[in-house]
Amino acid sequence: MALELELISPIQVAKDVTLAVQEYTLLAWQSLANFFRPPLYMGDMLQQADLIGFGSLPIVILTGLSVGALLALNAASTLQRFGGITLIGQLVSLGMVTELGPLITGLMVAGRNASGMASELGSMIVTEQIDAMRALGTDPTKKLVTPRVGATAFMLFFLTIIADLLGLCGGWAVAHLIFGLDSRQYWTSVWQILVFRDVFTGLIKPVLFGFIIATVGCYYGMSTRGGTQGVGRSTTQAVVAASVLILIVDFFVTKLIFAIFGYR
Amino acid sequence: MSAPTLPIENPDAPVETPSGYAIEFDNVSIAFDEKVVLDGISFRLPHGETKALFGVAGSGKSTLLKLAMGLMPPDSGRIFLLGEEVTRMSEQELFELRRRVGIVFQESALFDSLKVYENVAFRLMEEGISQEEVERRVQEALRFVELERTYNMFPSELSGGMRRRVAIARAIITQPEVLLYDSPTGGLDPVTSNTIVELIVKQRDVYKTSALMVTHRLQDAFTMATHYFDKTSNKMIPLPKGQRCEVPMSFLILKDGKVIFDGDARQLAASRDDYIREYIS
Repeated sequence: MALELELISPIQVAKDVTLAVQEYTLLAWQSLANFFRPPLYMGDMLQQADLIGFGSLPIVILTGLSVGALLALNAASTLQRFGGITLIGQLVSLGMVTELGPLITGLMVAGRNASGMASELGSMIVTEQIDAMRALGTDPTKKLVTPRVGATAFMLFFLTIIADLLGLCGGWAVAHLIFGLDSRQYWTSVWQILVFRDVFTGLIKPVLFGFIIATVGCYYGMSTRGGTQGVGRSTTQAVVAASVLILIVDFFVTKLIFAIFGYR
Repeated sequence: MSAPTLPIENPDAPVETPSGYAIEFDNVSIAFDEKVVLDGISFRLPHGETKALFGVAGSGKSTLLKLAMGLMPPDSGRIFLLGEEVTRMSEQELFELRRRVGIVFQESALFDSLKVYENVAFRLMEEGISQEEVERRVQEALRFVELERTYNMFPSELSGGMRRRVAIARAIITQPEVLLYDSPTGGLDPVTSNTIVELIVKQRDVYKTSALMVTHRLQDAFTMATHYFDKTSNKMIPLPKGQRCEVPMSFLILKDGKVIFDGDARQLAASRDDYIREYIS
């Protein structure tokens, strides 16, 4: 049988994209508004916090340590040429706290949890469990989306702090054990270089990234069509969309914070 | 029991709304991807009556149940559920109304991450009812469907028939005013089907619940039209001769998106329509 390729009208594509953005925005808004409309499903939120937070801990520990160590290793080879090896702590500290800590943690959790949410909710859609929930008089955005949004934003904040700390430890291991930098000198430079703006940037980002991960994961899950194949498609799309959105938002948030607080 | 007036016989007649009916469809149409599934459907379900809904696969029977619940909006027409116009209500308002209605989905739609107990208790727990009361009522509902021993099991550990019965227990636990069944006996063996038919008849005759039941199995609907639930012996028994079809049971047949029959078992058996004759033969 000959394979027929159907051309899709650009207008239809534009309409579909606009509809998707509208639906995503509506879901994201509802997920926030639900925090102020009882009932608030605290039990579900704690369960999600456990799944997302503690479940992601091993991967965050490993990536935090690796990224900190790699950052130190790459920076050291350049700094050594200029006799600036003592600056390694500053570089790792700024890099981890303002940028790499939140970004890497966000991307790792997106890979793990946006896919999980999309597949879980997608399966519930195709097996009519979401319709059953609505039929039982329960709002699925309240029961399923809002707890995931709250739990992800909350836990990503703490996961990022852990990733930052472990990144600094990884950097110390490289600086001290490979390049022989004094530990006190490393930690002092790590501490001294940081100002309020850096910490603020590093802690506001995970909250935004958590919101993006959960809303994108839930949106793709809730808009799943087409059986098990559709669930697979939603899962992949959720990870890609959440990761791309995190990178885009990261750029604009960094730019905005520079605009508000000024450059160093 | 006499069947309701057939709105299709006189489509121009004014429809009294809001009605005293459990469910009322007034000229409802819906299409998917330009394929018309329901085309100007009108019918009424009186309180306390069970209406069996027939039609070939893809004729829009399940869609009709979802429309009745407000789970999807029609393209045109009005739908009344317990006197409320669901087609004009917001999703938030519908959540309140749906608490007065129970539905059994075709594939049961049990929450697979929750145990049988949690599935059946879902609505009660949402309403914040005390733990003791929830446990008592869950036991009672599971006893009704004869599945007390599945209390701590997950849906994946149950057979298809058991899942269907748990779904019935979940639907009836709050004693809803209306029940919607989507192919409750589909794909089940005759013994299990009979158990489920008996449960539906029990719900109709003991609790006087209005129900709309989608089914492909004409024999199930005829069993329901010719039997009643005897509370003394706690089982479904045939109606005495001469009283056949004297139970609140009616039939509705869909064809090409339209209602071609709406009446009781006697009217159905007496129908001269070729399609209906072929359908019931």
